[in-house]
Amino acid sequence: MGSTLAEKIIAKASGRESVSPGEFVTCAVDLAMMHDSGGPRRVEPILKRLDAKVWDPDKVVLITDHFVPPVDAMSAAILDLTRKWADANGITNFHDMQGICHVVLPERGHLSPGMFVVGGDSHSPTGGAFGSFMFGVGATDMAGVLVTGETWTKTPATIRVDIDGELGTGLSAKDIILHLCARIGMGGAEYQVIEYGGATVAAMSMTERMTLSNMAAELGAQAGLIAADATTTAYIEAAGGNPGNPAQWQGDADAKYLRTHTVDASALEPHVAAPHSPANSAPIDDHSTVAVDQAYIGACTGAKLEDLQMAAAVLKGRQVATGTRLLLAPASTRVTAAAAADGTLASLTAAGAILMPSGCGACAGYGAGILAEDEVCISSTARNFQGRMGAVSSKVYLGSPYTVAASAVAGRIADPREFLVGETS
Amino acid sequence: MNECGKAWVFGDNIDTDVLAPGLYMKGPLKVLAAHCLEAVDPDFAPNVEVGDVIVGGENFGIGSSREQAVQALQFLGVRTLIAKNFAGIFFRNALNFGVVALSCAEVDKITAGDQLSCDPEQGRITNHTTGETYACDPLPEQLLAMVTDGGLVDHLERRLAKKEHAS
Repeated sequence: MGSTLAEKIIAKASGRESVSPGEFVTCAVDLAMMHDSGGPRRVEPILKRLDAKVWDPDKVVLITDHFVPPVDAMSAAILDLTRKWADANGITNFHDMQGICHVVLPERGHLSPGMFVVGGDSHSPTGGAFGSFMFGVGATDMAGVLVTGETWTKTPATIRVDIDGELGTGLSAKDIILHLCARIGMGGAEYQVIEYGGATVAAMSMTERMTLSNMAAELGAQAGLIAADATTTAYIEAAGGNPGNPAQWQGDADAKYLRTHTVDASALEPHVAAPHSPANSAPIDDHSTVAVDQAYIGACTGAKLEDLQMAAAVLKGRQVATGTRLLLAPASTRVTAAAAADGTLASLTAAGAILMPSGCGACAGYGAGILAEDEVCISSTARNFQGRMGAVSSKVYLGSPYTVAASAVAGRIADPREFLVGETS
Repeated sequence: MNECGKAWVFGDNIDTDVLAPGLYMKGPLKVLAAHCLEAVDPDFAPNVEVGDVIVGGENFGIGSSREQAVQALQFLGVRTLIAKNFAGIFFRNALNFGVVALSCAEVDKITAGDQLSCDPEQGRITNHTTGETYACDPLPEQLLAMVTDGGLVDHLERRLAKKEHAS
């Protein structure tokens, strides 16, 4: 019997010929990524207690994004500690205030197909878009990796999601994943691997694929893999990375999947997830009377260059509604620069978007853009748990960048097709 | 066998933002813990006692990788978590801190305030209030060893000490 992509990567990392779902294995870690919140400030006390050093500084990538830019003495101290730790531990792959870790990591060419990667953040499945087995761990697990260069995993089974059909105007990967959140549920993937495939995925850019992989976390998956192809190779080469041998990192034709879900992308409508769960997702017309105080385009999920371009397609030549504010936090400094160069940023700011720093920002309630009691926000982010973006009684709806932009113009949750149909996309 | 503790019962999908709200993440654990589960039960943090047991439904601990979600509960005295099932990262984090996390299909039979004890090695939970026993997934040997040591750091400390001793 053949192996899935995940099984092949875990077999290589654990030094075995093959592995089967359910097997507990110890794996060598190819790359460990951490950020300012779960990183040095939490791992250093453990390293100190164990009197241990980082096993291989070249295999560590450190990115500041959570408390960026610092807004008070406590967050400033966390960033200061992070910088000093990078220096003291010889971490040369240190990207300080350059954007959100899940976007910066591939942007700087750190990921290749077949790698076994741990990330100190729950949206680490994003890296799976590059054919890497990347999953999130807490800071203590990360400290264990830093000391030993290895970690344990229970070999996951793989759930295949085949997506076919052409997405309609005003639809994107975000609508597909919100649809899957409703169908599969937040714990539905049972910490197994989701592997996306099909013609729609093959036709997607890397940034759209990253959105699918990113929100595998919301399905409760350990990882969200997409086998590498020519699109992957081209992205990695342009980022200055090493695409390795993508042909080696494909699932076998006779690999065994736990189950397979199919999605007809051509039949999909824009989706919105109501408070307080991504799984409360439904076609948008269910929510068209909801007025919004804040529209937020941000986070690793929803503020990559293509996400900004989607928003700009709606907002160009239009204005954000009176009584609604549109906050825009590009996912990285490179995204900001590229959006400035191609005119996207001008379309957004002319429409009234308020430009924010590149970081995790309001998404997780760490940065600027916090909601007051009872306020309503439509957001291109991944999670709308109660109290996550601010006050306990605030309400966050999740949608695609198209939908967030359309809602900002309408002042209520609005179907982007109302603005885009008839225009060439 | 763990000592008896009083059950606090919660529903499905208790997430890490509810367990460890982002607004308090940069501050001390004591402050964060005071807001643990506040959004779903404001009475929990002020009233939970050492040794009390958290009982959750499906997908307990979904969300962020922040292990403060475990630490806040631990700070408040919780040593045992029982749920229908746990979110993957949260499960790892709990064991890494030496907190016992047991998956049990029969959690619906537990009522708030019931006195519970558990045996993670045998995979058994005893409800001393009702006299019932429930089966749960036993922890595999290597994970049980880590939990028994007090968590991953204590476990590594032992392992490194052994290595040093050997060399």
